[in-house]
Amino acid sequence: MTFLGMPLLRSKHTDVNDLPGGQGNIVEDESFATVSHKHLSNQQLRNNIGHATSTIRDKRSGVVAELDDWEELREAGSRAKNQVMANLPEYLEEFEANFTAAGGIIHWARDADEANAIVTELVEANAPVLETGRREVIKVKSMATQEIGLNEHLETQGIDAFETDLAELIVQLGDDKPSHILVPAIHRNRDEIRQIFMDKMPDAGELTNDPAVLAEAARRHLREKFLTTKVAVSGANFGIADTGTLGVVESEGNGRMCLTLPETLITVMGIEKLLPSFSDLEVFLQLLPRSSTGERMNPYTSFWTGKTPGDGPQNVHLVILDNGRTRALADEHGRTALNCIRCSACMNVCPVYERTGGHAYGSTYPGPIGAILSPLLTGVETEENGSLPYASSLCGACYDVCPVKINIPEILVHLRNEDVEANHSPVSSQLDTALTGASWMMGDGKRMAAAEKGLPLAHAVSGGKSMNSLPGIAGAWTSSRDIPGLPEKSFRQLWAEDEDRDEDRDENGEDET
Amino acid sequence: MKIALFATCIVDGMYPEVAQATVTILRRLGHEVTFPSGQACCGQMHINSGKFEQAEPVINNHVRAFTSTEWDVAVAPSASCVASLGHQQPMVARRMGNEALATAAADVAGRTYELSQLLTDVLGVTDAAADLGSYFPHSVTYHPSCHGMRLLRLGDRQSDLIRSVEDIEFIELPLADACCGFGGTFSVKNPEVSSAMLADKARTIQATGAEVCTGGDASCLLHIGGGLSRFQRTGRFEGTPDVTAVHVKETSATDIGGDHTEHLTAVVGADDDDHLTAGEHGTSPAEPSQMQSGLRVGASTVHLARILASTKEDPLRVQSEGATVSGGSLR
Repeated sequence: MTFLGMPLLRSKHTDVNDLPGGQGNIVEDESFATVSHKHLSNQQLRNNIGHATSTIRDKRSGVVAELDDWEELREAGSRAKNQVMANLPEYLEEFEANFTAAGGIIHWARDADEANAIVTELVEANAPVLETGRREVIKVKSMATQEIGLNEHLETQGIDAFETDLAELIVQLGDDKPSHILVPAIHRNRDEIRQIFMDKMPDAGELTNDPAVLAEAARRHLREKFLTTKVAVSGANFGIADTGTLGVVESEGNGRMCLTLPETLITVMGIEKLLPSFSDLEVFLQLLPRSSTGERMNPYTSFWTGKTPGDGPQNVHLVILDNGRTRALADEHGRTALNCIRCSACMNVCPVYERTGGHAYGSTYPGPIGAILSPLLTGVETEENGSLPYASSLCGACYDVCPVKINIPEILVHLRNEDVEANHSPVSSQLDTALTGASWMMGDGKRMAAAEKGLPLAHAVSGGKSMNSLPGIAGAWTSSRDIPGLPEKSFRQLWAEDEDRDEDRDENGEDET
Repeated sequence: MKIALFATCIVDGMYPEVAQATVTILRRLGHEVTFPSGQACCGQMHINSGKFEQAEPVINNHVRAFTSTEWDVAVAPSASCVASLGHQQPMVARRMGNEALATAAADVAGRTYELSQLLTDVLGVTDAAADLGSYFPHSVTYHPSCHGMRLLRLGDRQSDLIRSVEDIEFIELPLADACCGFGGTFSVKNPEVSSAMLADKARTIQATGAEVCTGGDASCLLHIGGGLSRFQRTGRFEGTPDVTAVHVKETSATDIGGDHTEHLTAVVGADDDDHLTAGEHGTSPAEPSQMQSGLRVGASTVHLARILASTKEDPLRVQSEGATVSGGSLR
């Protein structure tokens, strides 16, 4: 029994805005400029992110430079994902058939609410009620479950979810949100982590801020959970259509424990995570770790195909999640954003992310990919998601490092156009007015020339002095930058004068400029 | 060769001396320069603001101006504008349903070069001193603009030309490939983030001690100059919280030949030990961001065309030689 709003990819009559948008933690509730203001003054955040991203950036460049076929790998990765997106319904059915044949059970979820409800039901059916009157599940780090706010939902249903990835654990115990895809607690320092552990892990006792001590405390705290908890919840990095296999790549080994020790395994995976064939992993297992952690190979790579008698969980479920992905897929200028394999390379090179941190993006998906993915999943009309595509200087660093060649700058510009079309701010801003005037002027060289005739006057009025404080929208410029005094004449005028002079004399010798 | 100059709107209206320098260089090489009089702008400002509809007449005007003029190749002293011609104009025209304009725009774009591209790839200039008589006896650092680096893939074309100027002292800019924060309307839509990026760019430039910072895009140089000027006038970076993670250190190394050389390296962020001393939720800066070295006379920006056009007979003067610096730009 399969239901899914199948991607209406080939229909010319599909208006992307008629498709349901995603819900959950993918919504910016204040404009990016407003939220980023709160984070720009945080020196610790700036230091932590600066240090972490520049370190990972260097590691990444090192391991990428080792491969002389890196560009071909990127091309192959991009091709494989495009192939999936262009034939998603077929690949989803193929995956479902193979996963089901291997003893797995598939559930389809249109949105965050449906996915949360399905997982809740499965946990209630498979996890015992403990003495505390509550149920427990252990979790592998997963973006999809962050996106749908699964932990928060489960909590209201009497189910405690324990994050087992160290950084996710720090975030969870601190009642916090991740600020980076790969390094979710990047905004925290050791002292804060020590305090969080002392407050929230009563069995940990007295701790120092030594990373080894902190890691050991987390390990002890989690070990018991691994051995006693009956249900685990995971995400998936890959779903392999031709075999029905799911895969998770990780560094710590906690994922491997969650995927193998409990009786029941529930995985939540977005519809876009599919790869056509097992052999595609050859490409992706090179692209992902090198782009993500800057490693040649990640320490733990786990695959499972339904259930294996006598080995690992015998009750294996997969919730396949749409939550706005069909909407994103229907956007022909934005759909390649779904090719993202969540490596985080784009945020590690982004000069905006480096200064604002991940929380400024209001979404599980921060940085450049978040600035396109969140509005693609929800539509630019949702809350302030229309402000996200402007959170970029379009420097292009993200596109250069993307392992699946998502042209993020071009999609940002496309979404700005969507935002303009959706008429997000009905009140025309000074900037809009200025741009409208400039379009009229620059739509004709003659009008531009006429406008420049005002330069001598403007030059005379301003005394050719630099401009250091201007009102209105120009004040946003002069908040930090001076402007040179206007020249007396435009180049166009100087050229015309030269030409007039040249006509009066023979051309000989050099130009006097 | 008959070369059409696309001055770009910012150079035409704000920096006519950059267009003049471009003309000088090309004439010195014996080429004929024309200036298609209908030209105005590439449309990038509108495109990057998402205003495709308003960009269409601007694109149309550019294509009309250049197709109605005879020329072999066109040149612009801006990587960003040249990139916009090829990477954006056809895309936007197509989005507006104007296939004919898209084709025509792609044709003009295909024959339009950024200045260093034209000099290196088409005109075969490899040594500015020998081929152009370029002479500039000053210390210079260089900011490679994002669109030149990542859209046009200029590589070392610009810096190689600058390094080959006679008597120039080229100082490598730490974190050179970091964006200056301009980004067109990004600078006014997200002014605080933009200013934070600018402040770090200004810090690294200031740390080189170079007399001028050059580059191939007048827009980035306007932005950077504006930040340098503000800092030099007020002694601080404004428009954004006084926070930075960029620290420039001087390190020395001994080369293979036994020469002792000084290098500037930038360290971004604090390493883990620094966390021990971080304050409460860390809203106060770890150290004052003001440059201890004080203000340098002549730390201004200037387009590389003017350095290439500078000769012994007609040298480009810097501030210490009495030249005017306005808003951080060398006039």
